[in-house]
Amino acid sequence: MSSARVLTALTRTLKPLDAYALGLGDDALIASHRLSEWLTRAPDLEEEVALANVALDQLGQARFLLGYAGRSSGLSEDELAYQRADREYRNCLLVELPNGDFAHTVLRLLFHSAYQRQLYSALGESTDGELAAFAKKACVEVDYHYEYAASWTLRLGDGTEESHDRAMAALTDLWPYTAELFAGDELVTALAGEGLVPEPEEIQGPWMEQVTAILAEATLGTAPSGTWRPGGGRNGMHTEALSYLLAEMQSGHREHREDRASAGA
Amino acid sequence: MNEANLDLWEVFVRARRGLSHQHVGSLHAPDAEVALRRARDLYTRRGEGVSIWVVPSGAVSASDPGEKEPYFTPARDKDYRYPTYYELPREVRGL
Repeated sequence: MSSARVLTALTRTLKPLDAYALGLGDDALIASHRLSEWLTRAPDLEEEVALANVALDQLGQARFLLGYAGRSSGLSEDELAYQRADREYRNCLLVELPNGDFAHTVLRLLFHSAYQRQLYSALGESTDGELAAFAKKACVEVDYHYEYAASWTLRLGDGTEESHDRAMAALTDLWPYTAELFAGDELVTALAGEGLVPEPEEIQGPWMEQVTAILAEATLGTAPSGTWRPGGGRNGMHTEALSYLLAEMQSGHREHREDRASAGA
Repeated sequence: MNEANLDLWEVFVRARRGLSHQHVGSLHAPDAEVALRRARDLYTRRGEGVSIWVVPSGAVSASDPGEKEPYFTPARDKDYRYPTYYELPREVRGL
């Protein structure tokens, strides 16, 4: 209990760039877990392997970003992934929402991978060499995730009446959550001023262009209007879905806490 | 999605430039585009290839297992079919 409290305090006092990396790392970690929930439940074996590949890429990105975020504070990637409570997570709400049907998963991946694509490609120019090197490598991975999601969006949107309706429902449900990706705050503004990270507006334009072109081609019309724009994930204000996800994701770690203690770990 | 509705595709992967495509397995997919993507995910995850072909399994004409003898009887006794008596010139030792 006491070590969990110490961890909580530490994640609040991370250096600005570490805190930023933590947010991106949490995006990747939670996205990875949601994708892995499709294992044994995907429409067929081939699709299951495809989703698992994407999940593993995201997990690899999460490992680097969490390791980077915790290093100067002496926190390991495992401590950050498995010993924080829901309010200590900095991921955007989009990635934590339940999977829903396949159309929801595909559209979520479309929005998220298009975002990561723009973000990583801009981060590749960061004045932080290590982060820039990571972003360049990760860019190739998310390019594929985007291709995968885009091709399924076209198939579902421009497919049967049912697949179109389901894709449409997913678009309506998920679209409000995309605003948070570009919300920005004091932390981001300060880091962007130093050339360490991109300005949210800088990546929002290309993201919007890319996504709306796919939606139009998939006969899903234009992006929904509406003013409800939930947010707060970057400040630890999450939906209840994250708590259930963490309960499951962290259960193995909790279960074997004593094994690690006796092994002197 | 029901596998019965999906066609079977044979997958060929070229490991690197200069080599030929090798048959590596098969998969189910509704069309060639999806078949290629799935082949990428199923058969080239560990850097196995630089090029993929997918071919509808139905397009493969196979030899008849019942015709095995006439087709494949070993020809070891026909030594004129082998380059047994040909001496390699020194210059092409690396061949």
